[in-house]
Amino acid sequence: MKILQAVHMERCIGCHSCSLACARLVHKMLSWDNAGIRIKSSGGMSTGFEAQLCVACDPAPCARACPTGAMVQRKGGGVKYDASLCIRCGECARACPVDAIHLGSEDGSPYVCIHCGRCVGFCPHSCLALNDVPERRPAVLPEFPDPAPAPGEKEVRE
Amino acid sequence: MNGRPFTILHYDLTAGRGMRREFSAPEESLGGSGLAAALYREYGLPGEPPFHPGQPVIFAVGPLTGYFPLMSKTVCAFRSPYTGEYAESHAGGRLAMSLRMAGYDALVITGRAKSLSVLVVGGRHMELHDVHYLAGSDALSVGKHLRRFGHGASGHRSTLRIGPAGENLVETACINVDTYRHFGRLGSGAALGAKRLKAVVVLGDSAQPIPEGKDYPKLFKDIHAKLTTTDMMDKYHNLGTPENLLVLNHIKALPWRNLQQTTDPGVEGISGERFAEQLLLRKAACSGCPVGCIHIGLLREMFAAKNDYLYRQVAYDYEPLFSCGSMLGLTQASDVLAVMDECERQGLDVMSSGVALAWAVEALAKGLVSEEQTLAPLRFGDAAGFRQGMVHLGQRSNEFWRVLGSGALKAGDAYGGADFACVLGQEMAGYATGEVFFVAEALGFRHSHLDSGGYSYDQKAKDKDAAKAVEFLVKDERQRVMVTCMVACLFARGVYTPELVQEALRVTGHPEAADNLDALSGEVQAWRWRLKFDTGYHPDRVRIPQRFLEVETWKGRMDPVFLGDVRARYTKAILAMAARLPE
Repeated sequence: MKILQAVHMERCIGCHSCSLACARLVHKMLSWDNAGIRIKSSGGMSTGFEAQLCVACDPAPCARACPTGAMVQRKGGGVKYDASLCIRCGECARACPVDAIHLGSEDGSPYVCIHCGRCVGFCPHSCLALNDVPERRPAVLPEFPDPAPAPGEKEVRE
Repeated sequence: MNGRPFTILHYDLTAGRGMRREFSAPEESLGGSGLAAALYREYGLPGEPPFHPGQPVIFAVGPLTGYFPLMSKTVCAFRSPYTGEYAESHAGGRLAMSLRMAGYDALVITGRAKSLSVLVVGGRHMELHDVHYLAGSDALSVGKHLRRFGHGASGHRSTLRIGPAGENLVETACINVDTYRHFGRLGSGAALGAKRLKAVVVLGDSAQPIPEGKDYPKLFKDIHAKLTTTDMMDKYHNLGTPENLLVLNHIKALPWRNLQQTTDPGVEGISGERFAEQLLLRKAACSGCPVGCIHIGLLREMFAAKNDYLYRQVAYDYEPLFSCGSMLGLTQASDVLAVMDECERQGLDVMSSGVALAWAVEALAKGLVSEEQTLAPLRFGDAAGFRQGMVHLGQRSNEFWRVLGSGALKAGDAYGGADFACVLGQEMAGYATGEVFFVAEALGFRHSHLDSGGYSYDQKAKDKDAAKAVEFLVKDERQRVMVTCMVACLFARGVYTPELVQEALRVTGHPEAADNLDALSGEVQAWRWRLKFDTGYHPDRVRIPQRFLEVETWKGRMDPVFLGDVRARYTKAILAMAARLPE
């Protein structure tokens, strides 16, 4: 499984070609909000651009928050979305830690990246890439015995 | 979306209310330039002066806006405070896409707000806010204040604003669009200032339908590939338009020092190559355009001893580098950016202001005006004086600066020196290429290098055939009108041939407009001329100052007989175009 990553946002020129491609090809509409990737200026045109998109959590908090099973965990990270099961409650967007889910102003439908990569070819500066899922095992840290409580502090153990 | 009419928003600042309505359709007026002209006929007051509150300021896009790459510009139509006539100015940025996403093909603003205001519009927004506290604020810092309107829409909105020049009704004030783009010429900034409108924020907050089927995404992909995988857009993307500096200087067609010269070795210091090497910080794009032609320079300045620095980001292009560079005798790239930055803050049109300052230098040197009047020492090559000059222009510091802000030719009439005012309808564009361009800009609809490629004709023509030249101007203008009806970026005029525009119109559900594209373009061309005549224009009243006849290019001195012949024939052609419509 591959995931979409905005790997070179420092090259972004703010043309919105990626968002527009997503809206056009995935969601069949003309929009820069109703898209899985959205390009925002980060403090005005003079301070560059940032991409709002799914970072492919595994486990995904949005899938956990979804009460109907419309959003389910995608293998390799991110989610799969089934609009027919969605009740537009917006819990997914509230659960997302990186604001990657946009709730459409028309009917509250969630718009989230499905990591299909159709936007990649439209970026003129190769800011985006469809990459293999990176190894995301947490680093193993050296183990130490629990410290003794500080003098004057009572040890609390369940 | 088949054959849908245009949706416009008319906002009346006096009443503080707006109304959404359907108006015309691509099959009638095409869009952009055509839609704007149709709207001026509906809302305009041809018998009233430019600052009459009832005069509309119109922002119009086209039927393909947002649907295809480089369909990224907006036409602003207004009664020019500079000429008094019906005028158009075009800008990029995010405005066109914001209007499309908000669901509007045009925004028409009439009336006058009770206090300095900001208008916020979107698919679901229509608010007028009092911003008296922003009075006098510069056009860049005001952008930061305006970020609070449309909270959360960062990157998905467009912010138009004026600087002090617009508020002070300077006839050469511009409207700044999204920091780096402008409705530059003919005084649109003053038109907004007269409405007490400091800014307009357009929120692109809704989604629009796209045509069903595979034809549309396929055509999009083909056009996108043509624009990004061929070298068609290279000159705009690479060095950008500043690559013209060395080229024009080499053929003795780059105006220097108020057009006293057409070439100078000092060009090396302000060439596109020099900018790219030393000052180019990054590039940016208009929304919906993958080319990225906006070149942003980094200006680093030590503002106090002990290495205290500040930095500014200044967008540059060929025209600003000519008007604030060679025209002012500046040969250091950073000096040019510093003058442009001050101009930007005041909210002045950079071409008009640079050329007007060049006239002032010569007038001061010849003793027609004194330093008591100019308040600043104005000398070719001295950037510090020009930075002060830009502030005086924006602030209308005294009578001299008030007159100069209305144009160098008017200043020449007032103080003497009209013969060396580099004005062709308005302050000249940066092409001292010859007789055809001089006539084309002087008499042209927008008094601009954008109406037609007269500058290119001068460079290619081997003969002096006035009839052929005028035939080219009229035909080229018509083709460009087709492009600005859509409203494509003129940089893409080689890509968007009539055939391709027809195909694009067909797949987006406008077959009738596609079938009649050429005839409708001709009609729009005629309407624009008619409106210009109705608001006071006549080609016979346009003056071409003596300085232009003294120009020497690679072809030698100007030929007054040929220039006169081109002028006479172009006048006839313009009269014929305006008469093409029924009374």
